[in-house]
Amino acid sequence: MAARRPYVRPMDGWWRRDRFFLKYMARELTAFFVVAYALVLLAGVIRLSQGRGAFEGWLDGLRSGWSVALHLVLLAVFLFHTYSWFSIMPKTMPPLVVSGHRVPAWAITAAGLACAVLASIALFVAFKGRPR
Amino acid sequence: MKRSSQPPFWLLFGAGGMLSALVGAMLVFLTGIAAPLGLFGAGTAFTYERAAAFAHQPLGKLAVAAVIALFLWHGAHRIYHTLHDFGVRLNAFTWLACYGVALAGTITAAVALAVV
Repeated sequence: MAARRPYVRPMDGWWRRDRFFLKYMARELTAFFVVAYALVLLAGVIRLSQGRGAFEGWLDGLRSGWSVALHLVLLAVFLFHTYSWFSIMPKTMPPLVVSGHRVPAWAITAAGLACAVLASIALFVAFKGRPR
Repeated sequence: MKRSSQPPFWLLFGAGGMLSALVGAMLVFLTGIAAPLGLFGAGTAFTYERAAAFAHQPLGKLAVAAVIALFLWHGAHRIYHTLHDFGVRLNAFTWLACYGVALAGTITAAVALAVV
């Protein structure tokens, strides 16, 4: 008797099968860009601890075309991360009940995005500082 | 019941994800685009004096350390679990490649900030 050859559903490229999976993967892959940005900042902190010359070398690097291009990509990915983080927040947090009614998902997402806008404005104002 | 080691990592993942969702895009814009290009004049210029003065205050140290460390732990956790989705066998090596990088980065940032 021939050996049984049970059907095993192939899992290669499973995430390309469906729009939902594609969105999931896009969301997960933002992690690489978040790490990349943290490493850029880490390099800056190391250079800062080594003194003025070292830090100014890092700053010169930031002014290069490659660095600006990288940061434009990072900016786009971080904006997507902000959007996706708050879109899934209704699913990742425990149900929120206010006066007997469950707060709808869109309201949680909207509140999260509003907080991100406010926090970003506050950071911008703090970073800009007083004009000298 | 065996206790899972997941909650602390999940907490760091969540804190990093939340911090990067709130201010990540603006941070990238300020430190990587606006400041190097001097988009808003001298006010946003990145200078050694400004950076050193900021990193000298305890709160400044804490803010820089929090951004670097939490972003790293967020990324490490997410990448580790995404590797599994791509069929990569999870073992001690993949664990170290993800969380080890986050730990090393955290320690390096802490040491550098301590001597600034």
